[in-house]
Amino acid sequence: MKDNQKRYWKGLEQLSNDPEFVKNSEKEFPDYLPINSNSGEGGGPSRRDFLKMMGFGIAAASLAACEAPVRKAIPYLNKPVDVDPSIPNYYASTYASEGNYCSIVVKTREGRPIKIEGNRFSTITEGGTGPQVEASVLSLYDSARLRQPKVKGEDADWASLDREVLNGLRGARNLKIVSNTILSPSTKAVINEFTSRFGGEHIVYDSYSSYALIEAHRENFGQPAVPSYRFNRANVIVSFGADFLGNWLSTVEINKQYSKTRKLGPEKKTMSRHYQFESVLSMTGSNADYRSPIRPSQEGAAIAALYQLVSGGNGGAIAQEIPYLQKAAKDLLANRGQSLVVSGSNDIAVQRIVNAINSTLGNYGTTIDINQPAYYRQGNDRRMAQFVSDVQAGNVGAVVFLDCNPVYDYAGGLALGQALEGNKVKVKISMSDRMDETAALCDYVAPGHHYLESWNDYEPKQNMFSLAQPAIRPIFQTRQVEESLLSWSGAAETNYFNYLQNRWRTDLFGQQQEITDFQQFWDTVLYTGVFVPGRPLNLEPNMDQLENTAQTVDQTGAAPVFTGNTNGDIRQVQQTYKTDPEQVELVIYSKVGIGSGKQANNPWLQEMPDPVTKVTWENYMTISMAMAKEFGLEMNEGKSAMVNLTVGDTTMEVPVVIQPGQANGTVGVSLGYGRWVAGKVADNRGFNAYPFIRIVDGVCQYNVISGVKVENANKAYRIARTQTHETFMGRQTVIQDSTLAEYQENAKAGRFEPVIATADGPKDPETLSLWDGHLYPNHHWGMVIDMNSCTGCSACVVACHIENNVPVVGKDEVLNRREMHWLRIDRYYSSNAEVGDYAGLEEASENPEVTFQPMLCQHCNNAPCETVCPVVATTHSSEGVNQMTYNRCIGTRYCANNCPYKVRRFNWFKYHDNKDFADTNTQMNDDLGKMVLNPDVTVRARGVMEKCSFCVQRIQGGKLQAKREGRRPVDGEIITACASSCPTDAIVFGDMNDNDSRVVKLLKAEANGRAYKVLKEIGTRPNVFYLTKIRNKDSEEEVTA
Amino acid sequence: MSFIGKTGPDLKSLAPVAWLICLLLFNGMEAFAQDGDGNVPPAVEQDSDAAIEPSDSPQPVAAAGGIPDSEEAITQGRQLFNGNCKVCHAINEVVVGPALAGIHERRPVEWIHAFVKNSQKVIQSGDTYAVNLFNQYNKTQMPPFNFSDEEINSILAYIKNETDNPVQANSPAEAVDGNQQGGSGGGSGISSDYLAIIVAALLVVLLLVLVVLILVVAVLNKYLGQRADLDPADKEIVQGGVKVSDIVKSRPFIAFVIFLFVSILAKTVLDSLFLVGIQQGYQPEQPIAFSHKLHAGQYQINCNYCHTGVYKAKSANIPSVNICMNCHNTIKTESPEIQKLYSAVENNKPIEWVRIHNLPDLAYFNHSQHVNVGGVECQTCHGQIQEMEVVYQHAELTMGWCINCHRETEINAEGNEYYDKLVKLHNANTGEPFRVKDIGGLECSKCHY
Repeated sequence: MKDNQKRYWKGLEQLSNDPEFVKNSEKEFPDYLPINSNSGEGGGPSRRDFLKMMGFGIAAASLAACEAPVRKAIPYLNKPVDVDPSIPNYYASTYASEGNYCSIVVKTREGRPIKIEGNRFSTITEGGTGPQVEASVLSLYDSARLRQPKVKGEDADWASLDREVLNGLRGARNLKIVSNTILSPSTKAVINEFTSRFGGEHIVYDSYSSYALIEAHRENFGQPAVPSYRFNRANVIVSFGADFLGNWLSTVEINKQYSKTRKLGPEKKTMSRHYQFESVLSMTGSNADYRSPIRPSQEGAAIAALYQLVSGGNGGAIAQEIPYLQKAAKDLLANRGQSLVVSGSNDIAVQRIVNAINSTLGNYGTTIDINQPAYYRQGNDRRMAQFVSDVQAGNVGAVVFLDCNPVYDYAGGLALGQALEGNKVKVKISMSDRMDETAALCDYVAPGHHYLESWNDYEPKQNMFSLAQPAIRPIFQTRQVEESLLSWSGAAETNYFNYLQNRWRTDLFGQQQEITDFQQFWDTVLYTGVFVPGRPLNLEPNMDQLENTAQTVDQTGAAPVFTGNTNGDIRQVQQTYKTDPEQVELVIYSKVGIGSGKQANNPWLQEMPDPVTKVTWENYMTISMAMAKEFGLEMNEGKSAMVNLTVGDTTMEVPVVIQPGQANGTVGVSLGYGRWVAGKVADNRGFNAYPFIRIVDGVCQYNVISGVKVENANKAYRIARTQTHETFMGRQTVIQDSTLAEYQENAKAGRFEPVIATADGPKDPETLSLWDGHLYPNHHWGMVIDMNSCTGCSACVVACHIENNVPVVGKDEVLNRREMHWLRIDRYYSSNAEVGDYAGLEEASENPEVTFQPMLCQHCNNAPCETVCPVVATTHSSEGVNQMTYNRCIGTRYCANNCPYKVRRFNWFKYHDNKDFADTNTQMNDDLGKMVLNPDVTVRARGVMEKCSFCVQRIQGGKLQAKREGRRPVDGEIITACASSCPTDAIVFGDMNDNDSRVVKLLKAEANGRAYKVLKEIGTRPNVFYLTKIRNKDSEEEVTA
Repeated sequence: MSFIGKTGPDLKSLAPVAWLICLLLFNGMEAFAQDGDGNVPPAVEQDSDAAIEPSDSPQPVAAAGGIPDSEEAITQGRQLFNGNCKVCHAINEVVVGPALAGIHERRPVEWIHAFVKNSQKVIQSGDTYAVNLFNQYNKTQMPPFNFSDEEINSILAYIKNETDNPVQANSPAEAVDGNQQGGSGGGSGISSDYLAIIVAALLVVLLLVLVVLILVVAVLNKYLGQRADLDPADKEIVQGGVKVSDIVKSRPFIAFVIFLFVSILAKTVLDSLFLVGIQQGYQPEQPIAFSHKLHAGQYQINCNYCHTGVYKAKSANIPSVNICMNCHNTIKTESPEIQKLYSAVENNKPIEWVRIHNLPDLAYFNHSQHVNVGGVECQTCHGQIQEMEVVYQHAELTMGWCINCHRETEINAEGNEYYDKLVKLHNANTGEPFRVKDIGGLECSKCHY
């Protein structure tokens, strides 16, 4: 047995053995049980009360039995042909919001969308989803959505709104239509018609702008767009502050591509190497093999140095200073044409140098395809800045905000808001779906449909199309924004569906020869959801074929020609960025869950813990340990400090999170919070960080390297973070990891193989048992989770919430450690420092290694929970599933106490129809929100345990389907919500009795390799297997920086 | 002397025996009552169902152009016909639509295909035959059916078969089939019948023994009374007999009565507590006096015709008004009950039926699992629905009732590849029949999630 040298910890609280943490970690349930307020003076209910209640209960029960309530069964009057009650229908559609793209399949029940799945026909997202995509179905049922148009704050009808708007527009002098990135070519055509009718201009901005990236490609390659990145072909990935797995461009697609390079197995013992140079520990940085914390002011210089290194220079002093930069350069040079350098910087000169690096390395045409531009970000910062100053100067006569909210989510939004409020614009129209910060300042609000109620087409990348179709009739009296624009422009065709079809008929229909009838072509594309001219329209998703076609598309592109003055850029960059060690620098980033804040009123996203900090419900300022000490800030469990953060003339009081891995001298804040007109869930959660963004030369700068001040506000604050909940009581072997070099030598590298001492000598714990074991004659469900692929994106967490009607508990209850997530992603920090070496550990926490581990019910074959339940409410099934029977549970919580994985959740409250949770758990508390509940899963009552069921409703449904058709279920047909949502295919679910299943193949391949069971030594024999985390590090490397 | 002295204790020792017999009877009756409910009807049920959905029977068929003549095709055709066409068409008589005997000779197969798939399209195309037909039958629209060509051909094969062999009714095959099913279904009923006979016989024997004993006592008493050589004490005993008041006042008797009373009371209370929330027999008044007896019984309309989800979905579906209107736009249009349908359509207001079967939300029940996969008859849970004028809740719908059925019901595994391996494994281990409980039918999360 090889002793694992590493020390793992979940947070600084654990590292420093914070007394509060120690106290809580020893207790399964918190002391404070504010459940009842009816106990009067002190003591709880007495024995007498109990007997009274008991007597009354029996009497009431017999009385109740006399008259059962009359329930109605109301069938359709005229049943739609396609809708059968209790049979789900699936519609291919597209999620596209602010340029974020995902091809999806919408599951509807009785005409209500209830779940979003990935679309496996798509060559871009390949069946993956992300947390925002998954959660978007609840935004459809958001009660904050507008129910009808508004004129000057009053409810109105469409006819009067149209009349007034047209009057206003006709007389308007200078019309601007403002939007976020629009991926739909037809919507753009509509906007063109609109602007040509009234002589206006279309302004595009992005809340998290990539303007510099677009502009640099325009200057260097004459192509003003984001290129298509192919992370899957890169052996070496170097990122400077680009959180490409979290929020950069097209995260679902990039997660998919990236994970392909991280898969390992007996057949493939190589993986990509990922360097990350960044200030805030991002989700992407957590996945990096080598991560260097750098200051934002060093970023430009580091990129310049890297350029010099790859083009034969020595990079100067900064190359020595920044760890791993030279190593990265060496690896890049060794992998010319198979490497990728990206940067999240919004400085055009910096992006030009990045282009120069990629061009020097010959990456264009292999890992970057500029001949097939992507349209994920189209925001033009300079025109937006110009627009705001035009508005301020009173030069704009009319403005239409097309489903965007710049007053909140643009750097100059507050100034814009003041101008709008001061009536600097005569005609102000918003087409937002809700009364948001911008709409509240507009005279006319013409609410559009939710995307699940709309028709549309999308072109996320050149020549790759997809369709969106409505999955429900419009719930409110809203009107699709395109239809509003068409009717205002006085177009001949105001029905957007017809408009869309006409465009497809004249334009795209001719680009294929397979189908000659347009209707048939349209139906085919609608069925698959995607259309790529030149690719067969076949109706079976076939990934191999997709791979091959993707390559052929690439080879058609001619090698791009790079033109630029890189040395000039380097000089410019070196002048712009000067590092002052005394100066605090600020990094503004956006989170994988909340993003720009557009969906902030979605409780699922609010409750989803940030993958790295594990904070829910709000944002905060991250700060390094050393700086925290300097400012006298302390953070204990549930207790944190507040600081006054000043940037320029904006000061805000913000809570602090001390974050390992944060670059010294820097602080970070995230966008998307602090909304003031969004809805009851989002309003006044956290603080608004948009005003911190600097606009330099018209371009938004998300790194602020001067004028940042931090002061200790000497105030305590409670931040609700889940990271220290559910600890493993000091058991270190839950995480097993190794380096690639060791793995190549020994497939079992990093594995902890416990043995138990017996009278017959040491034995494998699996061979010893008190129990007889179970027989699994039919199915034996199992799961394999590849920790090497898991990027921590949390799509599974949200998917599980939706599928299983898991309640959202809100910040206060998260503080009480009562979050209900059936599936959580544990994030561990680790280093090789000796356990007793406290100084070493402290140093390690400056830049720890990070491992994500999705943790759910392990469905143990010898489950400790099953043996302690006094009422046999949790039992084992003949299919290997640990069953939880809510209607039998009496809430003793013995099972949760006995669960070594801490995955059981107790319903402390009635979370549905409870006014205390009306603002947090909207999907169980208002009539509209309840439409999203999965009708196949019960909504649990107060006082019962619940936990992951392996999505037993899906298992039962899949088995029934197979039985009806007289066959065995096919592998992949029955799959849990988490596995189906995973964009990196890290979670594989299947029948371990089926020799052809992916689970069995994976386990066979990894049985003597990476597959391990968490806490194998205690003999629970889980049905969930993990594959060790492998970092692509050289063996001789010292691990910490 | 010593003999008579013994009678008291003997009687006393009889008390528990008598009580036991009472208890046996008490429970036994109930057991029989349950068994009777569960087992007697199926024999009837099977027959009636066989009529609703005739089972497969091999029939010789002559070949014809375009229309298949294989047995499978005819069987499939029969099923499709019964499930979809029978409501409006019969082979040899006019119902809502024309009699279909010989249709394959009257019209070309292509025409039939087009007409079945979308009759309105054919009529609107100006086809004379179709237009005439439409006018002849009061312009009743035949709804479009989404059948494949093969399916329509199989229906034609069935019609052709029926046309060619009019005399060969289904009854012999059905009878055989029904008997077989009845035989296998009533297996457990026979054993309890035997039990009843045995208990009854035992009772008779015991009564006879009692009578004999009483007679013996009387004879002996009489004999002793005639003897003159008895001393006064013995005489007193012989003549005095057993006083009733002594027995009534005796402690064992009082104890017995109290015990009996308490037992019965406890049993009643417990039973009534178990009945809390059970709505067996619940028969609410419905907004429309719809008669299952008429539709399912007399007209033998397949349940699936109205309850469209029963083979494919969790809910069987209460029919929407458009299904009623398939027939009732021509049939009984004057009836006040049917008028309610029209007013529902006119006011765009769905009909609010009163829900009879209310399974708690915590239990998941799927009709297609039971009816389609399991082959359970509707009547097994819903009772003799084809005889109900107003529907009532036939079964208890308790968990015990569900579980009991899962314990006893054999799985209809034949021809279903899903079960092949399981059946083999099961048969290798035991000689017991393959029951629902053997594939985890008693596990919690089969129904609770």
